[in-house]
Amino acid sequence: MTAYTATVTVRLKRGVLDPEAETTQQALERLGFDLSDLRSADRFEVDLDAADADEAADRAGEMAERLLANPTIHDYDVAVAER
Amino acid sequence: MTVAVVQFGGSNCDRDAVRALDHLGVDAERVWHGDGLPDDAEGIVLPGGFSYGDYLRAGAMAARAPIMEEVRAAADDGVPVLGVCNGAQIGSESGLTPGAFTTNASARFQCEPVHLRVERADTPWTAAYDEGDVIEVPIAHGEGRFEISEPAHADLVDDDRVLFRYCDPDGNVTEEANPNGSTDSVAGVLGERETVAVLMPHPERATLPDLGRSTDGAGILRAFA
Repeated sequence: MTAYTATVTVRLKRGVLDPEAETTQQALERLGFDLSDLRSADRFEVDLDAADADEAADRAGEMAERLLANPTIHDYDVAVAER
Repeated sequence: MTVAVVQFGGSNCDRDAVRALDHLGVDAERVWHGDGLPDDAEGIVLPGGFSYGDYLRAGAMAARAPIMEEVRAAADDGVPVLGVCNGAQIGSESGLTPGAFTTNASARFQCEPVHLRVERADTPWTAAYDEGDVIEVPIAHGEGRFEISEPAHADLVDDDRVLFRYCDPDGNVTEEANPNGSTDSVAGVLGERETVAVLMPHPERATLPDLGRSTDGAGILRAFA
């Protein structure tokens, strides 16, 4: 078994309104920053032991499918690195 | 009929629901989720509140609590299930009903009376009304914007499973009368069975005559009578 950190990034699907990101962008603009757009995402770093990177990615992907993401509004991706 | 009002850590409308049902002569009791569903539950309410502190997404944790397997099995057996506010979020997160409830377009928590148009009167939840009736029921949520994919929305409409839409006092469904930016002004939907429904507004807060502006919500809870 090898120790991995699987990073699951969950973001809103393109086209789904993100009021929190809009509010954050407005606050940055009030501070004088110039930006064209801003998107927010949730990142989960999961430490786990697995036989190989593929198994670690599969398990993290299942976590996203079953809890971390809501398929109605979210896309997600998984990146795995040895810890 | 004994209605089980399922209490999660952070539920806060469970007592209101029991009291409103009592007022209508419906036997109801609060059930702690960890104790499981009573065998004699002939109806289920998933009440409002902030289960699990709204961590991750509103309703996400409660939707995956073990009692929800029992709720799903009971729903499949035809036991009426009503999700209100956080209960609606739990219902959609658990797949009992389609779509998702997410952050209001305003990005604010909104607590205000709204008008709803009854889109179907031939369900247990709306038998007290006529189709097209306008009822006044309050909302209190930060994550009530109904989101659904375009194909799933088309199915929802084709299957006539929209139960309530936000509207103005005259029953017109307009952008201005949509408090949270919900897709198609949807305020409440049916599950695969008509005995399963969720809605963001609070019927239990518009049932007792001495509590607020309206008792229009009583008709929804009469489904359990």
